[in-house]
Amino acid sequence: MPTIVVEVMPKAELLDPQGKAVAGALGRLGKTRFTSVRLGKRFEITVAGHVDDAVLAEIQDLADTVLSNSVIEDVVGIHVLEAPAGETH
Amino acid sequence: MRVGVVTFPGSLDDRDAQRAIRLAGAEPVALWHGEHDLHGVDALVLPGGFSYGDYLRAGAIASLSPIMAEVIDAANKGMPVLGICNGFQMLTEAHLLGGGLIRNDHGSFVCRDQRLRVENTATDWTSGFEAGQEITIPLKNGEGGFIAAADTLERLEGEGRVVVRYVGVNPNGSLNDIAGITNARGNVVGLMPHPEHAVEPGFGPDTADAMRSGVDGLTFFTSVIQRVLATA
Repeated sequence: MPTIVVEVMPKAELLDPQGKAVAGALGRLGKTRFTSVRLGKRFEITVAGHVDDAVLAEIQDLADTVLSNSVIEDVVGIHVLEAPAGETH
Repeated sequence: MRVGVVTFPGSLDDRDAQRAIRLAGAEPVALWHGEHDLHGVDALVLPGGFSYGDYLRAGAIASLSPIMAEVIDAANKGMPVLGICNGFQMLTEAHLLGGGLIRNDHGSFVCRDQRLRVENTATDWTSGFEAGQEITIPLKNGEGGFIAAADTLERLEGEGRVVVRYVGVNPNGSLNDIAGITNARGNVVGLMPHPEHAVEPGFGPDTADAMRSGVDGLTFFTSVIQRVLATA
């Protein structure tokens, strides 16, 4: 079954205390060339049946209304996985 | 006078809220997230806790619960609704209140008795306070940083819809020290601190008079009782 990936990121560094915490840890490890980290979410959604424009439109709507909160986050990517993770043939 | 308290999976302060309602003089009614029935209550409290483990975003999954359809409908018709902590997060996720709550800017969970200034005494839940009154009630959250787009923030401030503001310490990085806000109508109020934990002498924050004697939170619940009885 096809899988659709939705990626969500916090809107700005201001809204990403988790990313800042990870960046701080990298600094403490001496990894000074990596100056900032932003931390977001990746959803993998398995679809029963084929992925067509209607399905993608439905996912876009869900991404905007459920998977993300537009006050604090942006949907930065929606794409169909070619070889779904964990699926064997 | 009956005030419903909705219990979600992961609610923690539902019974504390029921107790506060009882101490204020109303009858608490336990409501369940999975039902479509408000059991004829006059007002609603969405209590604190960690519904659905704060998965996805704090309050997000709970805001999609069956009972939230009735909560949103009732709120839009003018029923008083108070969201405390996780309940505030649900109200923003349900778009009953503007803005959003994010992880505390310092990255740590915070638990303290918090001083607040009541800036809007026209809401259904704060009419018993004096304008500008300073109160102390417990605060305990990991994701209490209030943020909003610049135009939303300007509108909230311009319309006097900041209900309570942090005084002394901003415990979580909230913009403009905002601890709680209301909707345009003043019937829906959300705040991060917990009025239901400061309602009975012996179990509240310390005051200058005596240890644990603080009952500043009780006025939220007596206010809504007076408001509902006045309009009945």
